[in-house]
Amino acid sequence: MLSIKNLHVKIDDKEILRGIDLKVKPGEVHAIMGPNGSGKSTLASVLAGNEMFEVSEGEVLFNGHDILDMAPEDRAREGLFLSFQYPVEIPGVSMVNFLRTSLNEIRKYRAQEPISASDFLKLMREKMSLVDMDSNLTNRSVNEGFSGGEKKKNEIFQMAMLEPKLAILDETDSGLDIDALRTVAYGVNKLKRPDNATILITHYQRLLEYIIPDYVHVLYHGRIVKTGGKELAHELEAKGYDWIKKEFEDR
Amino acid sequence: MDNVIKNIIGRDVTLDGLFEENRSLIEGNSSSVMNALRSDAFEAFRRLGIPSNKVEDYKYTNLQPLFSGDYSLSLTPDTLVENVEDIFSCDVDTLDSITIFIVNGWYYARNKPDGLPDGVRIGSLAQLAKEDPSFLEKYYGKNAPYLSDGIVAMNTMFASDGFYIHIPRGVTVEKPIQIVNILMSEEPLMTNQRNLIVLEENSEARVMVCDHTLTSDKFVINNVTEGFVDRNARLDFYNLQNQHNATTQVAGFYIEQKEDSHVKTNNLTLHTGVGRNNITLKLAGTHAEGHTYGLYLLDKNQHVDNFSFIDHAVPDCFSDELFKGVLDDHATGAFTGKIMVRPDAQKTNAYQSNNNLLLTKDAKINTKPQLEIYADDVKCSHGATVGQLDEEAMFYLRTRGINREEATILLMYAFAYEVIEKIQVEPLREQIRTLVEKRFRGELDKCHSCVVCGQKGTGVSCM
Repeated sequence: MLSIKNLHVKIDDKEILRGIDLKVKPGEVHAIMGPNGSGKSTLASVLAGNEMFEVSEGEVLFNGHDILDMAPEDRAREGLFLSFQYPVEIPGVSMVNFLRTSLNEIRKYRAQEPISASDFLKLMREKMSLVDMDSNLTNRSVNEGFSGGEKKKNEIFQMAMLEPKLAILDETDSGLDIDALRTVAYGVNKLKRPDNATILITHYQRLLEYIIPDYVHVLYHGRIVKTGGKELAHELEAKGYDWIKKEFEDR
Repeated sequence: MDNVIKNIIGRDVTLDGLFEENRSLIEGNSSSVMNALRSDAFEAFRRLGIPSNKVEDYKYTNLQPLFSGDYSLSLTPDTLVENVEDIFSCDVDTLDSITIFIVNGWYYARNKPDGLPDGVRIGSLAQLAKEDPSFLEKYYGKNAPYLSDGIVAMNTMFASDGFYIHIPRGVTVEKPIQIVNILMSEEPLMTNQRNLIVLEENSEARVMVCDHTLTSDKFVINNVTEGFVDRNARLDFYNLQNQHNATTQVAGFYIEQKEDSHVKTNNLTLHTGVGRNNITLKLAGTHAEGHTYGLYLLDKNQHVDNFSFIDHAVPDCFSDELFKGVLDDHATGAFTGKIMVRPDAQKTNAYQSNNNLLLTKDAKINTKPQLEIYADDVKCSHGATVGQLDEEAMFYLRTRGINREEATILLMYAFAYEVIEKIQVEPLREQIRTLVEKRFRGELDKCHSCVVCGQKGTGVSCM
């Protein structure tokens, strides 16, 4: 589904990703962990198409297409979804208008008819219950005045609405209390299917108690330095990142 | 067209000369109340002339070149226009309103404002001057600064007609009153329209003025509207401007408010060539409340200049101002927010905000808060912002499958919505929402139809 080969990324001539290789197959859950500043969020942004970053080398294939030259909207239409670490507030754009526009743009790309108003409302109600989202929130502007937890729930709600093939969740667990974390994890698990995949980007092992990854990768200094099963996350939790830093510092 | 003066500049005639030449015609068609001010206005005009950008209040819009050129002058009603209601019949299903038409500055003869509550009068200012001169005399020229502003002086020299609205004491007009200002001509045309709105004690009305151009000729428009809102009366006033690029319009609104009155104005410029709005609220009675809002959506070489003057003349009044603009291409704009708090006007609350979104490097806005505060126990605030589209929000929308064009429209609309939400008449607000979205999509028709009603117009092609 996703194949990243030797990905190098710069911002203002500073190299942040220094040769990433990663393969994700349908049905898999991958966790990418690592200390702050290791390049986790950069990887998520680059995959989603953020133009602030410059890809200097490498290749990213998504469902067989090279997506590095694709606009962010086309990547989304191909089925890639990014749950933002810091979801953006957009005063004046109503949640309903935003979601309907988004859904219909994706449907148009797939040569499907626009969704009818009644079907849309039905779908929205169904998906809201999945993440236990308050209906007051969907009557407001996108993320405006939402609490940190509400914003994260809203990301998973959007993911549920758009049904992506590959979801990248960037620090979705940060700033969540345990109840919100459980709700978010429940939503993600419910949306898991044999034909879609998830990449969880996280600093802590906490989220991985609720969403069990098939693979755990450790990102450090712009490279994946270790890959293992879910037990690697436990090891990191127990030992912290210092041993990783020590082991890979010089490279 | 009968009695129209041609080639103002072609014959090298100044506006003064033109007035002197046609004075007997103008005065002969008019009445004593209006004629009584013409000499003083003329004298003031000779002193002041058309404001250039050297006049402080017109710093960002030099009107002089815009008021010269070859124009006919609309000195008599155009009798050839006989079927405005057919050209422009309004679909009352969408907006249930009392609708009247003004054609080239003249009250349309076949207007039949139906369903008015007892005592409410809507009609031609020229007729009012003939039939009820003592009423007009109480108000005419009392608010509009025809001795100190050249453009108002010019209007007062030439003005013959326009609309008037009179709501007597205690009466509420439920339906919105819609004035459709139509410009249609076979040659470039200059108009000087004069309007009057009087709300007596405890009365209430909503007035919407829609400005349209129906033919593609150049138009120069000099409109003056005087408003008098008595104790505890409420006026909601909307001006929707949708004119083609070869239009120059100066529209002055001079409103005086008495105790406990409540006025809300909203100037919505969807499309024009050059527009200048002069919006003056004089808070002349305690606990009066004045709200002035505006939205300007400009592209190509359009220019809009909103000049507001909130005059806190007495204590305990409240005013709130919000103007927002979206400027694309080479468009330019200006906002001046003059607030005067006079020495006795203690406990004044005055708020002002002007926000602008520039979509290109070539678009330009001048924004100028101008607060003069002579009392010491007041609350005043002002703020002005000039910004670009939020790139973070843009990226967020794009990651949800929304392309740049669509995301731009969503974000422009999001920027504008705050002003639109101030519109209190629900069906009107809904109409304006749709219109603004159409405007952003480039689908708004400037000539062929009434944007509010959606009826087809003349079919003449237009810019």
